[in-house]
Amino acid sequence: MSITELGRTGGGPAPNGGTDLAVRAEGLMKTFGEHRAVDGIDLHVRPGEIFGVLGPNGAGKTTMLRMLATLLKIDAGRAEIFGVDVAGNPHVIRQLVGVTGQYASVDENLTARENLWLFSRLQGIAAPRARRIGTELLGQFGLEEAADKPVAQFSGGMRRRLDLAASLITRPPLIFLDEPTTGLDPRTRGQMWDTIRGLVTDGCTVLLTTQYLDEADQLADRVAVIDHGRKVAEGTPDELKTAVGNSTLQLQLAEPGEVPAAVEVVRRVLGSDPVISPERGRLNVALDQADLAADVLIALRTAGVSISSVSVAKPSLDEVFLALTGHETDEHDETGTEENR
Amino acid sequence: MSTLIAPAREVVTAADRVAAARRRISIGETLGQTMMMAWRALKKMRRNPEQFFDVALQPILFTAMFAFIFGGAIAGDVQSYLPLMIPGILAQTVLTTCMATGTQLREDMEKGVFDRFKSLPIARIAPLAGPMVADLLRYTIAATLTFGMGLVMGYRPGGGAGGVLAAILLAIFTGWSLAWVFTWVGTIARSAQAVQGISMMILFPLTFLSNAFVPVETLPGWLAAFVRINPVSHLVTAARDLANRAVVSGEVAWTILACLIVMAIFAPLSVRSYKRHM
Ligand SMILES: Nc1ncnc2c1ncn2[C@@H]1O[C@H](COP(=O)(O)OP(=O)(O)OP(=O)(O)O)[C@@H](O)[C@H]1O
Ligand SMILES: [Mg+2]
Repeated sequence: MSITELGRTGGGPAPNGGTDLAVRAEGLMKTFGEHRAVDGIDLHVRPGEIFGVLGPNGAGKTTMLRMLATLLKIDAGRAEIFGVDVAGNPHVIRQLVGVTGQYASVDENLTARENLWLFSRLQGIAAPRARRIGTELLGQFGLEEAADKPVAQFSGGMRRRLDLAASLITRPPLIFLDEPTTGLDPRTRGQMWDTIRGLVTDGCTVLLTTQYLDEADQLADRVAVIDHGRKVAEGTPDELKTAVGNSTLQLQLAEPGEVPAAVEVVRRVLGSDPVISPERGRLNVALDQADLAADVLIALRTAGVSISSVSVAKPSLDEVFLALTGHETDEHDETGTEENR
Repeated sequence: MSTLIAPAREVVTAADRVAAARRRISIGETLGQTMMMAWRALKKMRRNPEQFFDVALQPILFTAMFAFIFGGAIAGDVQSYLPLMIPGILAQTVLTTCMATGTQLREDMEKGVFDRFKSLPIARIAPLAGPMVADLLRYTIAATLTFGMGLVMGYRPGGGAGGVLAAILLAIFTGWSLAWVFTWVGTIARSAQAVQGISMMILFPLTFLSNAFVPVETLPGWLAAFVRINPVSHLVTAARDLANRAVVSGEVAWTILACLIVMAIFAPLSVRSYKRHM
């Protein structure tokens, strides 16, 4: 049985069978000084699903997650986790949620094993069991060899793994992952994906944030796209793609200078603008029906715009993002690959 | 990593977890969590032994320095100044040691691991009190070295071993209580440097405007008034009585009372501002 198949079933029977949502947030708001980082977000996460929050740098993902995890005060709106009010019962919420932050939150001065021991004992797990859980988690996350080295000597990927392991000690029913694969190499990233899918099979609900569109596409059962502190769209990855058009015509112009002319032609034929892709001379045209592609190509030929390559594809979440927010996702205002501090 | 899907594991059920969740933290849990935090701080000390330099060097340097600089001027000769001075140095080293508590807490709080402490269902006071429990070790080292250095220089405490031990214990208790002031500074200041600056401003009047190094009678009236209410003066007098004469004077009670008041004010203040940091 492949792990991938397991993960994609989206949890099967809801673990608690009840009507309670794992996360119910209404009108969540957070202001830092003048700046409104989260501006009225509603979120409904069902038990047993992987819910992805997708947004560029500064969108407010971390701020939203920190409010839900009781790490930041909720300025306005309300949030419930498994029916428990977040603002009113922070101590209960902390027992229900495992948090893996954007930056590894483990102790540099301790070894991996000591970290897990510390967090287990702090949560009231008896010594023999704490020792067993530590060994088990170190094994699951491939950290046995490094178990007794100080975390200060760990690579970024090892820290991330230890960080996730530390969030799983009490096997919380809800897990928050803030950009779980930022800064990981492709292989480690794939392993992390498998681990996350495995959590759901174990009965957990996962709320994760990401800037990687393919990650949301790969992992999430449902996705909310947020930008400037607001939710701009929500649905399954497929629904979001369909919302933009059933398919996309990807055009590579022979002459990048002819982009304005091509835009003009597309607008005349379809009545809507194409999306100009960050690559030079690339246009993505959303189509309601795939056969409209022929009309566009003929019109371009008639107008004398020459094309070096053409393809028709299902839109990627990249295009979804472009269409929904009107700007590209790779607008880095900070360094994209911030590692663990 | 992919063995996470172990067949034997029972599935997590949210409803059960909600029902089983505890609503509040008991005193016993708080103590246990504080001891775990102390364990963490001790591990950290063991891996960064340079932290002990100031604790070890200061009593040695200060004892020698003060004895030769002030000894002649104040008491006529070094030998007769030692009984007056050693308890003063004791108070001062313990206070300097507890000043470091604030700076280290601030540095620590900026690290990622504090994010996890905040997200765990643990008593909010544990991450603050834990390092302070571990600091008891530093106070003990500082206090013992001060007396040791005094002995080397010819100090012969009239109170005997029992008196000296009592003086050391009282100094440790005072250091631990006053550390709450610096812990509070650690939770309100913006940076470790700011903590350092503010702590200095608290520390200097406390140690120098006390009877630690000079007899109160030599001071002008207004200064003498502050020196008399300063808890450090009480500690110094109490420690002198204990170490030099094995007398448990009323000053011991005053010291303990002053310490309890300081703790009653600054421990809740620290927890409050630590919570506000979130
Ligand atoms: N403690 C804070 N004080 C002031 N402003 C803050 C604070 N935390 C976040 N912000 C601001 O709030 C906005 C949202 O930040 P947030 O960290 O939630 O974004 P994000 O979506 O997680 O971004 P990234 O992908 O870079 O992690 C940003 O403009 C940020 O500058
Ligand atoms: Mg973030």
